[in-house]
Amino acid sequence: MLTEALTTSALLFVIGTFGVLVRRNAIIMFLCIELQLNAVNLALVAFSRYVGVEGQVFVFFVMTVAAAEAAVGLAIIISIFRHYRTVNVDNFNLLKW
Amino acid sequence: MELILFYVFAVTVVGGGIGVVASRNPVASLMFMVVSLASVAGIFVLLEAHFLAAIQVMVYAGAIMVLFLFVIMLLNLGHDYRDDLVRGLYAVCAFVVSGALCGLLATRFGGAETSPLYESFPGAAAMDLELAERGAVSLIARPLFQEYVVPFEITGILLLVAVVGAVALAKKRV
Amino acid sequence: MTLAPLSSLIQESTQPAAFEPVLPGLIVLLPLLGFLVNGVLAMRAGARAAIAVRAGADGSEHQDDGHKRWVTLVGPGVVGLSFVLVLLNFAGMFHADLHDPVVVSYWSWMVTGALEVDAALQLDQLSMIMMLVVTGVGFLIHVFSVGYMHDDPGYARYFSYLNLFVFFMLVLVLGASFPVMFVGWEGVGLCSYLLIGFWFQDREKSDAGKKAFIVNRIGDFGFLVAMFLVFTTFGTLAFAEVFPEAPALLEYGGATVTAITLFLFLGAAGKSAQIPLYVWLPDAMAGPTPVSALIHAATMVTAGVYMVARTSVLFALAPVSSAVVATVGVLTALLAATIALAQYDIKKVLAYSTISQLGYMFLAVGVGAWAAGIFHLMTHAFFKALLFLGSGAVIHAMHHALHGTHSHADPQDMRNMGGLRAAMPVTWITMWIATLAIAGVWPLAGFFSKDEIIWYAGLAASSSYPVLFTVLWVLALATALLTAIYMTRLMVMTFHGANRTGREEARHLHEAPRVMTIPLIALAVLSVVGGWVNVPEEVAASVLGLAGALPTSEWLHHWLEPVTAGATEIRYEHLGEPAHAAPFGGGEVLWAGLSTLAALALVLFTARAAARWKVAPAAQAAAPAGLKGLLFNKWYVDEFYDRFVVQPVLAASRFSWRVIDTVLIDGAVNGLGLVTRAGGAFVSLFQTGQVNTYALVLTLGVLAIVGFVVFQGGPP
Repeated sequence: MLTEALTTSALLFVIGTFGVLVRRNAIIMFLCIELQLNAVNLALVAFSRYVGVEGQVFVFFVMTVAAAEAAVGLAIIISIFRHYRTVNVDNFNLLKW
Repeated sequence: MELILFYVFAVTVVGGGIGVVASRNPVASLMFMVVSLASVAGIFVLLEAHFLAAIQVMVYAGAIMVLFLFVIMLLNLGHDYRDDLVRGLYAVCAFVVSGALCGLLATRFGGAETSPLYESFPGAAAMDLELAERGAVSLIARPLFQEYVVPFEITGILLLVAVVGAVALAKKRV
Repeated sequence: MTLAPLSSLIQESTQPAAFEPVLPGLIVLLPLLGFLVNGVLAMRAGARAAIAVRAGADGSEHQDDGHKRWVTLVGPGVVGLSFVLVLLNFAGMFHADLHDPVVVSYWSWMVTGALEVDAALQLDQLSMIMMLVVTGVGFLIHVFSVGYMHDDPGYARYFSYLNLFVFFMLVLVLGASFPVMFVGWEGVGLCSYLLIGFWFQDREKSDAGKKAFIVNRIGDFGFLVAMFLVFTTFGTLAFAEVFPEAPALLEYGGATVTAITLFLFLGAAGKSAQIPLYVWLPDAMAGPTPVSALIHAATMVTAGVYMVARTSVLFALAPVSSAVVATVGVLTALLAATIALAQYDIKKVLAYSTISQLGYMFLAVGVGAWAAGIFHLMTHAFFKALLFLGSGAVIHAMHHALHGTHSHADPQDMRNMGGLRAAMPVTWITMWIATLAIAGVWPLAGFFSKDEIIWYAGLAASSSYPVLFTVLWVLALATALLTAIYMTRLMVMTFHGANRTGREEARHLHEAPRVMTIPLIALAVLSVVGGWVNVPEEVAASVLGLAGALPTSEWLHHWLEPVTAGATEIRYEHLGEPAHAAPFGGGEVLWAGLSTLAALALVLFTARAAARWKVAPAAQAAAPAGLKGLLFNKWYVDEFYDRFVVQPVLAASRFSWRVIDTVLIDGAVNGLGLVTRAGGAFVSLFQTGQVNTYALVLTLGVLAIVGFVVFQGGPP
């Protein structure tokens, strides 16, 4: 089942990546990043089935970080939204030169 | 049986992912996301990671997604899908790049089980034995609170910092 | 100078005392101290004058003369004290039997890799003679300057420069290694520049200073290259280490030693105004006249001769270079003497005369008669300083006379003088003594020194390059006769005949004050007796030595022997001891007698002829034409240099500026800037500020890494 799980994980990761690349809504991009994280989690769990339980510990940490990231990231989005009245990342281009 | 279940879950995982990317409405995206996460939890169960499957549903599909939903509804988003999607050459580039990445990963993962490297690891049978002996929670609890206790505590601090940061950032006036 | 007992002392002393230098550092430091004190006084005086001018007063009327007393005390005083110290050292060395130079090392100056240079002074017989001349003649000239410069607003500045010059000159002659000598060498060049352009408000004078400085730089380049060559060959620059090793390390007549000596001679030619670098010295007469006496006649310009004598071992190893030195010397002597024949500016005549006499000194050191060269250096310092100071007294008097009637005639032009002997008897007599001395009339100083040079030049014809040296010998004799002519012309035009200053001005003419005449008299005495320290035995025994009444010592030769012995040995070893005869036969006495008779005859003849000349004052005189014009215009050498050296250099500089600098270098720099900006503008296109773009680039990076891992293997 390892190959299948890893392939699923790879597909999910690529879908997430594609989403990050083509969507401009900050929240959707966020969701896509979560998709990528999940793809990684899936891969880690699949490996842990054969290699050892440490993989699962790692997934645990990834989830925690994802939660923290979601909290802070959403706070940033709210704060940006207050300023620009939009979450379209095309408008956030002041940080270029 | 397990393999059939796995394929069902795999299809829902990938389908949910596609839905996330393709939905016009953010709330719909979010619903697809929940489907995808729940299916991942199902695959976790098939891979004998019961504890992780449980918190995947509770923390991820439950708590975090609800947070997202709150924010979407709070900001009243989802009315400008046309601007939301990148088009033209850039989209083609993105598609090509993603496709290439997918292809590369697929070539890598194909035939992973036949790789000689995996023979040196305990393997699924040993894991099953340990699981039966110690139970799902105990299996993950032992390394978490012994070898990885310091990262675990640091993760706690991280969460605290994240909470404080989130409050500080989202508040109108600090 | 009672030399008979002294010279016997040298031979008789059986238990020579060891030589202990007496405060050699102080000899050098005293003039430096004088420079500092006078410099501070000059700055304060300058500041006060500026305040007075700003307050609306006329600076010249409200001159603050209080500081001048201190300057008068300090300026000549420090040099006088140095002279006393030098005399003490001289006495010490005189009674000691000194063979090796005494090196007094103070501190380690430069230590870089293999190069180690100490700040060290070297006392030996040669530097002792030079010190005596520098401080002795220098002291007299300082005293003279007190009278000459007293009304000048830059009095303190003048003495500070003069003290600084003496300091650097002493460093030059005392330096125990090439770099220390070079410090003095450059320092005297600096002081020369400062003093030539002393009246810097006058554009022409400051230009003359720059000319001297720039022409000297050409020579300094030669000195530097020679130093590098010496260092690469010997690995050291100290005299005491280089010269003893030279015969072993350098092949006789080899390319290395020839190159070293030729470059050294280029330096010497710059400093001592030899062909082709002599053109700065006549212009250097723009400085105050005592400066011309001290720097441009007695001391600094002889530094080149001193340097060749100091490095005599190297020159002895390079016969080609020595021949070049002698040839250049004689040609310079002849060329300058011909120019001196037709000049009207009294100082210009003396300047060309100096160049000519320097040529003699180079002839001497070129034929291996180093002691004779130094001998002539010494006697020349006496009579040429006297001539310059005398001309200074004349100019001083002329200036006052012309100033009295507000005339704008040139106080230095001999056509405006004439008949000054009535007003200035002391100057007249002392200058005649110097004239006879430089013309080589027996028994004055110049007779002995010049004849010795000519004699050795004749002897050289028997050892190497017989044809060349025979020609040089004949030219040197002819130049000696020219010397008699142009000097007599100068004397007659200045002091004899009818007065051409104008009647009103003539009443203002007066003899110089005593502070100026006493140095003249002292130098006149030296010009008479100075030659007696080195009378050749053969001459002394003949009628020219009053049958033994003159001391028969060849004292200077013996005195300098420890310095020149090494070089003489090398010469004898390779060229053989020269026959003791002139090229066309005849002994030393015969030729010396002939030349002094010829000189005397020419002096009398020129004096009689010149007395009949109708000389018009400068304002009414026509420009000289024909051969006279050619000589008056100095063979058009300056014009030649301007056309073929200065203008091409200027053109090349303009080319470098307009094409290389403006177009190429600026273009490259600006172009680089443009390229950078264009590149930045191009790269900034990627910096869109769009998160998606960044994400795409990041994914491309991931793709590259994953691709690398997949295709290059790595962990499966």
